[in-house]
Amino acid sequence: MKSWNAYVNPLVSSLPSSGIRKFFDLVTETEGVISLGVGEPDFITPWHIREACIYSLEKGYTMYTSNHGLLELRQAIAAELEAACGVVYNPKNEILVTVGVSEGLDLAVRALVCPGDEVLIPEPSYVSYAPCVLLAGGKVVTVPTTMDEAFRITPGKIEAAVTPRTKMIILCYPNNPTGAVMDRRTLLEIAEVVKARDLLVISDEIYSRLTYRGEHTCLAALPGMRERTVLLNGFSKAYAMTGWRIGYAAGNPDFIAAMTKIHQYAMLCAPITAQMAALEALKNGRLAVTQMVQQYNRRRLLVIHAFRDMGLPCFEPGGAFYAFPQIAGTGLSSEEFAEQLLREEKVAVVPGNAFGASGEGFVRCSYAASVEDLTEAFRRMARFVQARGVRPGIISGPRAFAGEQRPVAGEATG
Amino acid sequence: MKEILEILEADARLGAADVAVMLGMEKEEVRRIIKELEKNKIILKYMALVNWEKAGDEKVMAMIEVRVAPQRDVGYDAVAERICRFPEVRSVRLVSGAYDLAVFIEGKNMREISNFVATKLATIDGVLSTATHFILKTYKQDGVMFEDGEKDRRLAISP
Repeated sequence: MKSWNAYVNPLVSSLPSSGIRKFFDLVTETEGVISLGVGEPDFITPWHIREACIYSLEKGYTMYTSNHGLLELRQAIAAELEAACGVVYNPKNEILVTVGVSEGLDLAVRALVCPGDEVLIPEPSYVSYAPCVLLAGGKVVTVPTTMDEAFRITPGKIEAAVTPRTKMIILCYPNNPTGAVMDRRTLLEIAEVVKARDLLVISDEIYSRLTYRGEHTCLAALPGMRERTVLLNGFSKAYAMTGWRIGYAAGNPDFIAAMTKIHQYAMLCAPITAQMAALEALKNGRLAVTQMVQQYNRRRLLVIHAFRDMGLPCFEPGGAFYAFPQIAGTGLSSEEFAEQLLREEKVAVVPGNAFGASGEGFVRCSYAASVEDLTEAFRRMARFVQARGVRPGIISGPRAFAGEQRPVAGEATG
Repeated sequence: MKEILEILEADARLGAADVAVMLGMEKEEVRRIIKELEKNKIILKYMALVNWEKAGDEKVMAMIEVRVAPQRDVGYDAVAERICRFPEVRSVRLVSGAYDLAVFIEGKNMREISNFVATKLATIDGVLSTATHFILKTYKQDGVMFEDGEKDRRLAISP
């Protein structure tokens, strides 16, 4: 049979396939699995949002919207950004409603990265950043972060990685997969480097509402950063609306216009049904978000405690709904750990190396799962870890080692 | 304290140790507060919410609207307390509107409930009238859906 692979764009065929994919197949073949490998909320979209969407369908809202998205939605987004982050955007030309943050990311990269441009990506990182850059012809420069640094990128590391060809850095805090959050002081220092080196930033702040320690700082709100930053956010995580595929980008009018140009040809507009739901979420979703954030935070504390009891070093995640414990002490690689844990105890976690080489030695555990499932999963995982033993000698000690520093409940900033 | 109550109201099986971890508190402190809440009858009881129909048990429930003549000094309380004493009575609430007390009772069959209403409830001094509504089906109780189609449909692994 003729192989048609030769006809596929080499840029695409050479893209590395997702490390998660292989593992996904393994998990779906196994029955009775408790999965902590899910990157989305376990809550269903609050009923008032679904109901508002159904009503919009009843009223016949089934048409295209403006390329930018419904003006009323953009106004609501602008109001939200001003209230939550203290940064003001003009809803007319500085906000673009996108099909999830995924589209916003792709648009921003394609609109701004020229072939040969270098893009800094702190690792471990979400799986889409590098492929998007590669597809745009850019060059990916990964910057590893470590548990000792609480998985925060440092200004020094950025400085060291910058070359004359560096165009941009992609930041994601609170972070998937590590749960790391950024403090304002470090961000201010990073902003200084960014300005001094004339860089742009794509700031993926999709987990901003899920911040449990301290307050989330929006990068665009820092002095001189609003014009240099494409701010990406959306509704998937805070409002449990992953399947709706609705998000937004905010930035200076030139960047948003460039992104809109691609968006209007490739996507035309985000689905109106999802836009109507998003509008309801912004209008009346505050209480639901607060309640979900409170639930996540309680589970987060359970999870940190569970790893401490198991003897696995785990830095305290301050945001998102992931913990990123270090499993190297068991003598297993990330993939071995995840595969054996799945086979022997039927608990699914994601191998850390799926998020880049610096994720090796770690696994990602999502606590977007019921307390009941979490408790059972950790009972099994403890048995698994105990059977192998943890040799603390061969692992590095995290600064915020859960075993030494008592985590506090924190002010949940819903 | 409010957060402890919220957690236990949602899942009473969680022990003081788990609650303490979830709230970032000391275990002994949580244990002491729970004891205090029990002593002050703020936490009255820990129990399971059961779908008896599914368990194959033929229980009959009825909601009875009771109109009451309020009495000097005690209002509705004396009659309400009398009604409460019957073990068949599951709940008694004073309500606003066309009647005064909403009484839920449970029995083995309709005859038992009719009998109870006719001989025990309607005959209490101060009860003016009763209207009995038999429960045909429970859809939701205490915030829990009895037949919930909203199961976890997420992909087992996603980025």
